[in-house]
Amino acid sequence: MSQFIIRRVLYSVVTLLILSATIFLIVRLTGDPVALMAEASARPEDLERIRHQWGLDRSWPVQYVTFMQNAFTGELGKSFNYRLPVSELYFQRLPNSLTLGLAATLISLLIGIPAGIISAVKVNSGWDTVAKGVALLGLSIPGFWLGLVLILVFSVWLRWLPTSGSGDWRHVVMPALALGWYFAASMLRLTRSSMLEVLGSEYIKLARLKGLPDFVVIAMHAFKNALIPVFTLAGVNMVVMVNAAVIIEVIFAWPGIGRLLYEGIFQRDFPLVQGVVVMAGFMIVVINLLVDILYAIIDPRIRLTR
Amino acid sequence: MARDAVLQVAGLQTHFFTFGGTRVVRAVDGVDFTLREGETLGLVGESGSGKTTTCLSIVGLLPRAARIVGGAVVFEGEDLTRKSQRELRRIRGRRIAVILQDPMASLNPLFTIFRQVAEPAFFHQRLRGRSLRERVQSLLRAVRIPSPEWRMREYPHQMSGGMRQRIVGAIALAGGPRLVIADEPTTNLDVTIQAQYLDLLKDIQRDTGVALIFVTHNLGIVAKMCDRVAVMYAGKIVEQAAVRELFDAPKHPYTRALLGSMPKLGSKEPLYSIRGQPPNLANLPPGCSFHPRCPDVMPRCMTEEPRDFRPGDGSVARCWLLGDVLARP
Repeated sequence: MSQFIIRRVLYSVVTLLILSATIFLIVRLTGDPVALMAEASARPEDLERIRHQWGLDRSWPVQYVTFMQNAFTGELGKSFNYRLPVSELYFQRLPNSLTLGLAATLISLLIGIPAGIISAVKVNSGWDTVAKGVALLGLSIPGFWLGLVLILVFSVWLRWLPTSGSGDWRHVVMPALALGWYFAASMLRLTRSSMLEVLGSEYIKLARLKGLPDFVVIAMHAFKNALIPVFTLAGVNMVVMVNAAVIIEVIFAWPGIGRLLYEGIFQRDFPLVQGVVVMAGFMIVVINLLVDILYAIIDPRIRLTR
Repeated sequence: MARDAVLQVAGLQTHFFTFGGTRVVRAVDGVDFTLREGETLGLVGESGSGKTTTCLSIVGLLPRAARIVGGAVVFEGEDLTRKSQRELRRIRGRRIAVILQDPMASLNPLFTIFRQVAEPAFFHQRLRGRSLRERVQSLLRAVRIPSPEWRMREYPHQMSGGMRQRIVGAIALAGGPRLVIADEPTTNLDVTIQAQYLDLLKDIQRDTGVALIFVTHNLGIVAKMCDRVAVMYAGKIVEQAAVRELFDAPKHPYTRALLGSMPKLGSKEPLYSIRGQPPNLANLPPGCSFHPRCPDVMPRCMTEEPRDFRPGDGSVARCWLLGDVLARP
């Protein structure tokens, strides 16, 4: 088990190195940040001075090594725009993003998993048709459109919920719904297909032949087996919702990481974009590791594989 | 000694309805047999002849598209075809047990052996705690699992195919059944393990007096295991007889063909195979279903379906040839 974890951690480090190099290069392809930092009337000497001040006059490899050295000590650089450490900005926004991301994850799980199970157990019935329709709508209706419709209905017409911003739970409802909607649909489809596969297996047939109550057959024998792929998706989805809910956060003026990233991209704020992306990658790696450990707890076959 | 009939299947018809009921497949079409305590009935036939559907009809666990449309399954005096799923659930795993074909796939990979063997006793007999543990251990001992007290904590992937199939056997015995249906239980086992497993089933039957339905297409196993044999073709039993009778004097041309297609040790002759393909159950030929492949086909076979003939030695066969023999003075 410890050997398994050590190997997983090593893979994770390599993944993060590749990710950091990629994002480092890609932000630098977006253009010169100094042009946006200085006033329009700035003289070339001023631009040169700013460039030197932020270390942008050094070669890319030198910049990358500096970036990585700092990153390993937990320092992600200073934002061009905010003139504050990126890590400070990130952790300032993280609670908001976690609130939104976890609420959306909860919505996606609470809708997706039960609906997926019902639709698999009652396959080809009316329930199944409804669930498949919901899944199709979920995957094809864009979150930003749903967000605008929600604002129109619940804020403008019914005046039940605030249009945007953050504060109490009422601010979370609509963005979480708009964000979780798509993921609920993908969760539903995966749960359904995974359950269908398991329900067709011989061991489920034998469980029924033992005369077990349907509830035990479905909820314990089948669901536990169907859970593994569902967990993987849920873990990755959650990280995406926490770190990259860019459009939803912009629409609902939610002060989260997605909007921070959005601002960083517009301002060519290299350290900010790099920092947010690397942190998201780090979170994915950690969540995947946790999911893998969870697998090993659920499935004894994985436990013994070296 | 006259023993009580444990199971009486009479005129059982199970059909599959596909394409919204526009296509009907008569998977089981008028099957009759009786099984007494301690008796073993072999159910043989090609793939798709309705053996498995017959078994699933008995326990009432048919696929969605299938329905019992006629006949009765009388088990210990009660007609199971009239029972609700709830009532059937109390019978399945308790008084009727089934052993499935594939030991590698029949056990749930995520649960311990203990849990899977214990379930019938837990839900049917309501055993708990220590008595449940003791019950599981004695079941595992009955199927000759060595050191059951620690083996039962393991998972299916830690066991060989033969051991897993013995675990499935232990699960079948867990409810103390009167009838065990074994659907090709040794098809996926090594030959040496096969023989061991068959001996085990025989011993268990001798000790418990359980009635056994043995589905197989291996006639060698039938000869070893069964008291009587029913040969199925296209959803019907075409011949039913005591094992000795069937092997010594097969009445139906299909039975003869099956016996003829068994490889013989030391024989230099090419292996005999039945010509043609098994029939399409959705579109059976008129008359006798076997007539397009039958070596002894007569004009009558193409138009009229044969009824059951009883030549008097206890066997039953559905063939016009017998009608002629019996009609002869």
